[in-house]
Amino acid sequence: MNILITSLARLLIFPGLVFAVPAAWFFLWVERKAVARMQGRIGPPFMQPFYDFIKLVGKDTPQRTGAGGMLMKAWPLIAVSAAAGAVGLLPVLPASGGFQGDLILLLALLEVPSMCIIAAGFSSRSIFGEIGSAREAVLSVSYNVVFLLAIISIAASQHTFRLDTLAQLPASPLRWLGIVAILVCLPAKLHLNPFSLPNAEQEIYSGPMTEYAGPELAMWELSHGLEWVAATGLVATLIAPQLTLWWVAALVFVALSFFIVLLLSVVASATARLQIDTTVRFYWQCTLIFAVLAVASALFMRLRA
Amino acid sequence: MKLWNRLMCYCRRRSPWLFHMNSGSCNGCDIEIIASLTPRYDAEQLGVRLEGSPRHADILCVTGPVTHNAVEAIKTVYGQVYGPKAVIAIGSCPATTNVFIDSRTLAGPLNLHIPVDVFVPGCPPRPDAIILGVAKAAAILAARGNKPAGVASEPEVVGECAGNCTCCESNAKEVQA
Repeated sequence: MNILITSLARLLIFPGLVFAVPAAWFFLWVERKAVARMQGRIGPPFMQPFYDFIKLVGKDTPQRTGAGGMLMKAWPLIAVSAAAGAVGLLPVLPASGGFQGDLILLLALLEVPSMCIIAAGFSSRSIFGEIGSAREAVLSVSYNVVFLLAIISIAASQHTFRLDTLAQLPASPLRWLGIVAILVCLPAKLHLNPFSLPNAEQEIYSGPMTEYAGPELAMWELSHGLEWVAATGLVATLIAPQLTLWWVAALVFVALSFFIVLLLSVVASATARLQIDTTVRFYWQCTLIFAVLAVASALFMRLRA
Repeated sequence: MKLWNRLMCYCRRRSPWLFHMNSGSCNGCDIEIIASLTPRYDAEQLGVRLEGSPRHADILCVTGPVTHNAVEAIKTVYGQVYGPKAVIAIGSCPATTNVFIDSRTLAGPLNLHIPVDVFVPGCPPRPDAIILGVAKAAAILAARGNKPAGVASEPEVVGECAGNCTCCESNAKEVQA
């Protein structure tokens, strides 16, 4: 009974939905504000993502008919629920039974929103949506290799795929290498400059989101914010030192995520968008070598141990 | 329910997303729209975002004197914006067709084709006038709520050109005559 209550609390309250949705809005605001400050502007007010969300919910809903229309309605909902589930899996608090964050499930859930974006662009049948989806697919094929290899090297060097066990083990030098590799992949995963190819607004309008409006667009914004929370939270749990007091652990988690958001936004505002072939070459040629080296050394260390 | 409506009104006023459409403009007004987003004026403080797709937008910003080619495009794009929506005519061209008046290539002014809520006259208008126009349009949008668009309220005219710029005034008189 106790286990059930704690796991429900983790999924629904912290770091689950009750925490994740305001955190998503907060991180979206931090991103916009940081970019504005870097450009010498003042930037949007604190509540801006909340205002945007409520306004989008209140707009007219597009009429969609047939199987394609139903699919178009379903994609943003699937993306939001998968991203929220990924946030709920993060082992922020010292584990006391319940569901122990499984790395493979977390990775699968983190991947669902980008799959949904690809599918949404193609089912919208707009030219810009299809170009955006194709770019997202190419991007996901290139950064995911490095991302997964980095995760595998971390998991292999510490003999576990359990995220809570990983979070408790002391960080080895190899894990830091993996964390850097994950950080290199995050801008592509979150569609930030220099890898903001799928939603390149000066080239292909809004990419896969071009045909979305009103409440559906609100769900996409929310799922993007939740992706922010889940992706930065994954790095934060890997970096965070092991703490016993639950509120200190929660505070450290939030602070670390905040700094990662800040770092990514600063990089985003300091860089310009790369071309798709340059991006693919960057991931396949430059970072892949390091990721393969990390996995090889992880396996080598494991053989020696 | 009443509380929800008030919250919605509040949020609509604070999050105007724009879609910018050029109907044959000389690019002067388009440059001023971009200038109103740059560090000196920073319209993002009001929650303004320039959107790539008309589906995402609340406010349609039209520049240019509406050429014959642009009429159908304007009507299509106006239809693609989901309600509640508002239209701002930026510059003297969409308001009166400006110096191009009586040209055989024009089908303007803009309010012959779609209902306009705010006029920001000027050739080009200053960025502060454009921001004032966006704020007025957002207030109109919030007050309009879910009532059908196109029920034209009396259009507002904002900016330093409003009422004391002789070229627009004489042109407007000629259009009415």
